[in-house]
Amino acid sequence: MELKTFRGGLHPPDNKKWSEKKAIEVCPLAEGDELVIHLSQHIGAPAEACVKKGDLVKKGQVIGTPKGFVSVPIHASTSGEVIAVEPRIATAGTMLPAVVIKADGEDAWDEGLVGGDPETMTPDEIKDKIKDAGIVGMGGATFPTHVKLSPPEDKKIEYLILNGVECEPYLTADDRLMLEDPDSIVEGILILKKVLGVDKAIIGIEANKPDAIETMTKACAGKGVEVGALKVQYPQGAEKQLIYALTGREVPSGGLPMDCGVVVQNVGTAAAVNDAVRKGIPLIERIATVSGAAIAEPKNLRIKIGQPLSKLVEFCGGIKGELGKVIQGGPMMGMAAVSLDVPATRGTSGLLLFTEDQVLKEPEGPCVRCGNCVRACPAFILPTEIAYMSRKGMIDEAEKLNAMDCIECGCCTYICPARIPLIQSLRQAKGAILAKRRKV
Amino acid sequence: MISAVISLGGIGLGAAIILGLAAKKFAVEVDPKEEAILEVLPGANCGACGYPGCGGFAKAVVAGEADPSSCTPGGKSVLEKIAEIMGVEAVAAEPTVAVVICQGDNQKAQDKYRYLGIKTCASAQMLAGGPKACPGGCLGFGDCVAACPFGAIEITAEGLAVIDREKCTGCKKCVSVCPRKVIIMTPKSATVHVLCNSHDKGPAVKKYCQVGCIGCMLCKKNAEEVYAVDNFLAHVTYDTYDHEKAKAGMEKCPTKCIRDFAEGYPEGSTFQS
Repeated sequence: MELKTFRGGLHPPDNKKWSEKKAIEVCPLAEGDELVIHLSQHIGAPAEACVKKGDLVKKGQVIGTPKGFVSVPIHASTSGEVIAVEPRIATAGTMLPAVVIKADGEDAWDEGLVGGDPETMTPDEIKDKIKDAGIVGMGGATFPTHVKLSPPEDKKIEYLILNGVECEPYLTADDRLMLEDPDSIVEGILILKKVLGVDKAIIGIEANKPDAIETMTKACAGKGVEVGALKVQYPQGAEKQLIYALTGREVPSGGLPMDCGVVVQNVGTAAAVNDAVRKGIPLIERIATVSGAAIAEPKNLRIKIGQPLSKLVEFCGGIKGELGKVIQGGPMMGMAAVSLDVPATRGTSGLLLFTEDQVLKEPEGPCVRCGNCVRACPAFILPTEIAYMSRKGMIDEAEKLNAMDCIECGCCTYICPARIPLIQSLRQAKGAILAKRRKV
Repeated sequence: MISAVISLGGIGLGAAIILGLAAKKFAVEVDPKEEAILEVLPGANCGACGYPGCGGFAKAVVAGEADPSSCTPGGKSVLEKIAEIMGVEAVAAEPTVAVVICQGDNQKAQDKYRYLGIKTCASAQMLAGGPKACPGGCLGFGDCVAACPFGAIEITAEGLAVIDREKCTGCKKCVSVCPRKVIIMTPKSATVHVLCNSHDKGPAVKKYCQVGCIGCMLCKKNAEEVYAVDNFLAHVTYDTYDHEKAKAGMEKCPTKCIRDFAEGYPEGSTFQS
């Protein structure tokens, strides 16, 4: 099969071998365990708590209602008692509002959850069910799915692309999902096709997952869904790069995939959509890879939203060696966590534990104008120039250099021989540009 | 050879005449007072006066828009010289100096995470409110040092910013650049200050800092007129400052977060009182 690709990017060691052969295991939840469910686990307005301390809740019950269109509800991941509705620690150390549930050990479902038949439902009814289930992008970006499935009238969608690329090193959650439950993904894709009114759907999978390519090809046969094998290159799983590789179309600068007639969804999202629409199951659990040199037994786990990271670590044999860094997500774009008390959220695609000597402590040096970052950048911007403008506070110049096109993939920071934290400067530039635009 | 000398000399002479005429015809009228004032100003172009550079200030003074005492770096001597040039009375403003109201260096205060990014206070602050567990304390990356046009600030070996009261001219550049707002302007005559910027309750402060204000109010109880406590944080009320009373309150502080700069600078500082 011909391998498609995009321009730019790089190829860090994929480190998939630690967990790619491990079948998904359920991370246990015992009676008395505390689940901390933050009210904002998605892009858009945080949900508003609709339960209070002392309330008894069932698994799948709504505990936070959405605010506005770009928002989703939050659900209880298990049955139990609400012991607090208060700010609790989130990944980077900030205290954010959360509902804390103490599990009663029954794991009893809310009786009100009811599925539907997507064959007979209208696209709007399907989208409502997706919103009610709190489905957000499972690749880690957590963008509300029902919003992505509602492009404006004038944007004609021709392709549905499914992201089975999982280009981040270490992560193998989507890989295992494709191997172990390909049918739920395909059923989900068919539902998404109906909602968008498209007849072309392609699943993009990187060539380092030959078994997944084979499994998904078999599962899609005769269903109007193709599989596109892709060359192994980071960040192939980034939306714009994926669209280019599979369709040859370029998302315009400052634009969105719908501007070139495409909608992209993660394979995990498709499976979640299937569960939500056919069975009425809300997004209360997800698959996450636990890996890294500092974890005793790397695994792929099915975790409950709200379980503290320490629980995942415990189930994977505990810490090995001297712990230096904890990352939620992948090593390129994930976020370092301040402690293992931080809870898993809808976006936690991975939990990586690195040893102290793996942590880069080299001080930064001056830019040597080597051009590595420019060569590696998949968004065709100039990371070194924009970072310089950012540090000097020259925000207008940074904007002219298309800083807003940065996808924050981390290729530039990874490849910089001077160890300059380029992404930090680029993010600051983007933040300053957005702040400036809001004022005008 | 002679023709070359004559032609070049002729061109040179012609250019000189044209330039001479232009200098007279297109001369810019400058009020001699403006030039005189510019001469006596410090020339740091620090902007403390609120005008664009010393040139801007000189122009504004002559135009009658600027108060001559606005040049805080110039101080009394410059004020008197400007007053003489303008033929007005010199009314000096009370000199002010900047103070970093924190003593929580890396030996005394805890971090909530290890920061490995760009070494500026502004960058560190953007990442979940900064690496320091205390929300108001000094981050020690030196954005203030870079901003100070007079070299009056140092970062101690333990990562605390300290300002030299003799070198500080009150220009306020450090105040505007500090993302934690931990630098305040104080009258130079007041030497006792509460060195804490955290409004957290006592038990919380004690967890992350050995020298933080716990809001116990003992200072205020012993020196009612000189201290105020606002949301678990004490501060000196500078408009009612009395040195003896301030010291009396300082003696009672259980965490030793109040300091008399006349007796010495915070630990680790190289400045002498």
